[in-house]
Amino acid sequence: MRQWRSIAKEAVARASIVVKFLCFLHVTDSYLLSFSHVLGPSMLPTLNITGDVVLVEHLSHRTGKVGSGDLVLVRSPLDPRKTLTKRIVAMEDDKVTFSLDPTRNYSSRSLVVPKGHVWIQGDNLYASRDSRHFGPVPYGLIQGKVFLRVSCAILIAFGFVGKIDLRYLYLLELVIEETC
Amino acid sequence: MGTPSGLWSIAKKCFTVGLITLTVSDRFASIVPVRGASMSPTFNPKTNTLLGSLSDDYVLVEKFCLIKYKFSHGDVIVFCSPYDHKEKHVKRIVGLPGDWVGTHYDVVKIPEGHCWVEGDNSASSIDSRSFGPVPLGLVNGRATQILWPPHRVGSIDRKVAQNRVSSS
Repeated sequence: MRQWRSIAKEAVARASIVVKFLCFLHVTDSYLLSFSHVLGPSMLPTLNITGDVVLVEHLSHRTGKVGSGDLVLVRSPLDPRKTLTKRIVAMEDDKVTFSLDPTRNYSSRSLVVPKGHVWIQGDNLYASRDSRHFGPVPYGLIQGKVFLRVSCAILIAFGFVGKIDLRYLYLLELVIEETC
Repeated sequence: MGTPSGLWSIAKKCFTVGLITLTVSDRFASIVPVRGASMSPTFNPKTNTLLGSLSDDYVLVEKFCLIKYKFSHGDVIVFCSPYDHKEKHVKRIVGLPGDWVGTHYDVVKIPEGHCWVEGDNSASSIDSRSFGPVPLGLVNGRATQILWPPHRVGSIDRKVAQNRVSSS
């Protein structure tokens, strides 16, 4: 009996450490910093077409400090399971002039961004589906602000120099895959 | 030992409990008060201006629907307002992507990734009839149970409006 009780106690203690660590990971991932793998041609030349790992912070958009010119992660208004990386071109109450087809300069439209919305555009206007196609996007869809691009070389170097356990790198990779 | 280490252990415990509560309320379920009469008689059937917040309904909002974003007609959802991301609204889904919804003036086709929400109390509800279809990415969760007041504890039923929506 005593053996089972001590085994059960140790199992609960170990499980509670794992649960606490997972909760800490979730809170850091959602409210502080997270890595994200972004790919596609819509943000050339700023971001690679084959993919970049970027560091995203989730504090600015909650306090309303995101402004025009920022690179943001936005939940797609066309498919909520996808996350887009675009640049904010205009905030609410700003006037936006855009042309749907950049190869033909004469077709341009103007509108005022409504309250609570932002206008997002990809840096590569020729290959980007953004607010020019689906209209202004509610501010609540913004997930985070991109502020750093991490190159894989730095990640690997950090792992060796800081003598980080290989398990930590595996967890980092899990986090990256989850945010894909 | 002395008071400093006692305070430190209390602070650590509070921090851990806070982390776990935050994770559970983000990923599993949270409890949300419902204010206003826009969902009468489902929530807050009698709004008493004197008692006000004391007689608010509390509902259980589950977050499992946010994994696949699969909703059904008649679900009650909590979503951020498209005009102010800090405000949250509780309304019922009347139309899903691809449906045609009839309003007073015309018929609207709901685009991909959006939904049409309306309050049960049509007379005093600010919903999709004012701000249009709502992107599904703004949804915070689905309300499944009423937890307070005790005499109305129970699950929230799906009510489907047959005569105003035609699905494709």
